[in-house]
Amino acid sequence: MSLAKRIIPCLDVDNGRVVKGVKFVDIRDAGDPVEIARRYDREGADEITFLDITATHDNRDTIVHVVEQVASEVFIPLTVGGGIRTLDDIRRMLNAGADKVGINSAAVFRPEFVQEAAERFGSQCIVVAIDAKKVSLPGEVSRWEIFTHGGRKGTGIDAIGWAEKMVAYGAGEILLTSMDRDGTREGFDLALTRAISDAVAVPVIASGGVGCLDHLADGVLDGKADAVLAASIFHFAEYTIQQAKEHLRMRGIEVRL
Amino acid sequence: MSSVAVIDYGMGNLHSIAKALQHADPSVDVQISSTAAAILQADRVVFPGVGAMRDCMLALNGSGLAEVIRQVANTKPLLGICLGMQALLTDSAENGHTDGLGVFSGHVVRFAEGLTDTDGVRLKIPHMGWNQVRQQPHALWQGIAQDSRFYFVHSYYAQPDDGAIVAATCDYPNAFACALAQDNVFAVQFHPEKSQTVGLQLLKNFLHWDV
Repeated sequence: MSLAKRIIPCLDVDNGRVVKGVKFVDIRDAGDPVEIARRYDREGADEITFLDITATHDNRDTIVHVVEQVASEVFIPLTVGGGIRTLDDIRRMLNAGADKVGINSAAVFRPEFVQEAAERFGSQCIVVAIDAKKVSLPGEVSRWEIFTHGGRKGTGIDAIGWAEKMVAYGAGEILLTSMDRDGTREGFDLALTRAISDAVAVPVIASGGVGCLDHLADGVLDGKADAVLAASIFHFAEYTIQQAKEHLRMRGIEVRL
Repeated sequence: MSSVAVIDYGMGNLHSIAKALQHADPSVDVQISSTAAAILQADRVVFPGVGAMRDCMLALNGSGLAEVIRQVANTKPLLGICLGMQALLTDSAENGHTDGLGVFSGHVVRFAEGLTDTDGVRLKIPHMGWNQVRQQPHALWQGIAQDSRFYFVHSYYAQPDDGAIVAATCDYPNAFACALAQDNVFAVQFHPEKSQTVGLQLLKNFLHWDV
């Protein structure tokens, strides 16, 4: 008997539609978020993450409605990230039925925001999303820095130190995305995932780069991730969540089936 | 029509639990209630909770709802969930030391740092995700397979003084009490409202529980 490793499908939502880009460009339409969330729930997803990539503030209501609809019929944990900047944004998402929110850029601009959010709503619902890119050269000791604005802006902040700081500020979980791998289908950055997972006491979700089921298993076994997140391999029905779980079990990983 | 009140004391989101109760049995009248009168009028009561113990007890004591919950615990079916379970014990080690409602005799303690699984891998805190629940016989487990997985997220857990009130245990890595039952009170550390079909079944069983 032990805790299952989680498989988390991620829905990138833009103006109410699920989309998935390769390195944040070349966006393909993948469908209606409510319908897709329903399917993932039926297939046995352990949680569902919505990433609101809508650029304009006016369209923020759309994601709230999506979460409300999903939360009325899907009874597994739901996380919403993207554009979470104020305590009021968090309250709105939780009231809509989200269980956790992902905070990314707002934490970089003002780290105390994470502290305030954890104090107000509890660490259990504060996920700090970290977008990291390798900055060391081949042959050097590996070093990753955090990036904001969908991977476009460097910050000069060391990713491992940042993860430790965010946990000290009250993050209950870390969602770690490798900007080098996101959308490439080459697999997670396992060294990065392992480094962050070893550094912090809270669960780490590996994200960015999944192209096949072995990549998910590698994230757990080699990356020491507590959960693995993927988008496109599930959206375009290459694999079902059920198949992914059976594969993980075959590789000796405890899953909920 | 039978009714269930979900206690609203200003801590966290009640949408999920209310929706899940409604989904578990559409014929039941589900109300989110913050007043003593509404809570005492309902046929059964759900006491949810997320966040920190001290804030929870401050809110309950400040609003007078602490006394209402003690009264409910003596009179009708009561389901405590997560922090709502922990608050039913004598006290908690969270926030230094916080007195609870004392419905169950016992303490709430934190998972020790540096625990590892059988492969020597460090276990993360909070204990977050789907873990297996080993049931003891109780009406609320009806229709739920032994060792089913429920969704947990917590860093503290209950240590009741009397082992006879333990209705289920879970391993992380050592066995801990994840459900307590005493007369008309049932309490769970996991989130039935986030545990898909098995969670909905537990809620349905609660809504039909004849104590």
